[in-house]
Amino acid sequence: MKIIVCIKQVPARDSQLRVAPSGTWIQDADLTYEINEPDAYALEEGLQLKEKHGGEVVVLCAGPAHAAQTVREALAKGADRAIHIEEDNLGSFDPLSAARLLAAALAAEKPDLVLTGLQSDDLGYGQTGVILAELLGLPHATIIMQVEKQDGSIRVKRELEDGWFQHVEMPLPALLTIQSGINKLRYATLMGIKKAKSKEIRKMSAADLGVSPEGATIQLSRVYLPGRSKQTQLFEGPPKEVAAKLVEKLRFEVRVI
Amino acid sequence: MSILVVMEQLAVAGAPAWNRMSWETLAAGQQLARELQQPVSAAVLGSGIGDLAAELASQKLEHVYAVEHELLKDYTPDTYTAAVRQLVEHTQAGIVIFPHTYQVRDFLPKLATALGRVAVSDVIAHRVEDGKLVLVRQLFQGKLNVDVRFAGNPPYFASLQAGAYRADQLEGGSATVESFVPQLTAPRTKPLDMFREAQRAVDLTAAEIIVSVGRGIKEADNIPIVQKLADALGAELAASRPICDAGWLPMERQVGSSGQTVAPKMYLAVGISGAIQHLVGMKGSKTIVAINKDSNAPIFEVADYGIVGDLFQVVPALVEEIRKVKQ
Repeated sequence: MKIIVCIKQVPARDSQLRVAPSGTWIQDADLTYEINEPDAYALEEGLQLKEKHGGEVVVLCAGPAHAAQTVREALAKGADRAIHIEEDNLGSFDPLSAARLLAAALAAEKPDLVLTGLQSDDLGYGQTGVILAELLGLPHATIIMQVEKQDGSIRVKRELEDGWFQHVEMPLPALLTIQSGINKLRYATLMGIKKAKSKEIRKMSAADLGVSPEGATIQLSRVYLPGRSKQTQLFEGPPKEVAAKLVEKLRFEVRVI
Repeated sequence: MSILVVMEQLAVAGAPAWNRMSWETLAAGQQLARELQQPVSAAVLGSGIGDLAAELASQKLEHVYAVEHELLKDYTPDTYTAAVRQLVEHTQAGIVIFPHTYQVRDFLPKLATALGRVAVSDVIAHRVEDGKLVLVRQLFQGKLNVDVRFAGNPPYFASLQAGAYRADQLEGGSATVESFVPQLTAPRTKPLDMFREAQRAVDLTAAEIIVSVGRGIKEADNIPIVQKLADALGAELAASRPICDAGWLPMERQVGSSGQTVAPKMYLAVGISGAIQHLVGMKGSKTIVAINKDSNAPIFEVADYGIVGDLFQVVPALVEEIRKVKQ
């Protein structure tokens, strides 16, 4: 089974974010980056499927030069090779043109299964996988918690709201968006890191793929800190002091003690 | 530029029933209609949905579209995309809005792509500027907001976050029900059984006080730290998704969109940043208290009381103070 896993590099989870002077994105000069968490689970699922059924795992990543670090980590964990669409100006691509980039890079690959995380931790549209499925003409299912390969088809467990799940069957090739927690993530081994150095990373640009961000149908006009919807009484200081203050509130205002 | 609200019904156990988020989206549709001075209609898709369409007709709407087809009985992305696409083309709707449910997340991007558009997903608010719609959504798991505008020609698509609009602001009326039968072919995906996994031995919804723990707790061995706080308060212990994913607490203690929705007298969030998937499960709580080291964590946006600090120092101090006053 040839499995493509789409991964994205995002600012590390506990980053202190500041709005850039332009007001349309964040200051990204001093940030550290990591793999988008749901994509890490998608990669793990791809690797486990390959281990069970044989085949190949190819990671596909669109991102600036520093995304190469995340690509190398995926290879160290066991992906066979990678395609890196190196693009500095990815922010100007809306989800549709970003998915067009991925679709164009996949055109020659003919995968059996395409996996993505269900959403990104930065933009959080939760759409790229489904858009990609439509562009590639593939059936899809989202928010997947289990994948079982059958003969020429797959059976997946789709998460619904409020603790419900549903099984869905579909023919291959297909695209799935993977939910965090579907499996247990592995660490790269020293051997894996060593092997990764000789694995193929094909680089291409948006221009090579003939995709441009023009014609976007949505525009991000202003990024800002959200206002508080409540008047929060915020306590800061020595732990003992703030604990005493909060307990007083819990006794006399909230009345739960 | 007329407005179309696509309602959601789901037959989880037996007859089709509304997903109640749909009513919030309908209220938003009526509000948009007033602000943009445009007519608003609503649609329900399925098979055997006559009663639901009739119920919808008691709202202030131009039309109610009953989109009825045997192949719409069970949801599939192929059939729902085709049906809504045909309805949008039939009605020439300019703005099409949906509740941001798991089902909508599954097919709305496909629908928008088929029409060469991008849907604005998970909208939390809107405003009208110079007659143009500006939608607000969150970035970075709620750490920042962004204003989004549509470019190019309609139709424009958006999905609205749970709790962003209020269903109690619906305006009643009387609308005509119009039947719409889409042309559908068999879907590629085959939906099978729906089921619930975990036996819910713990009913968090019955708890008066909940102490809930998130990633900030760092490792499984630290869970007793918050358990002590829960014990001191006589509270149930709950958690955000990553804690249950990691197996540090059982799934049945998960609060959020994929877990339980709770509204206790007090919800005390420890080391929970407040991603929207968690907030939708607890923001109806009467009082929310948050302990987090990051003063910009989105959890503080919904908190009534907050402590900015290291939970490993604050929580033990809190336990001590509570025991002192309880003696």
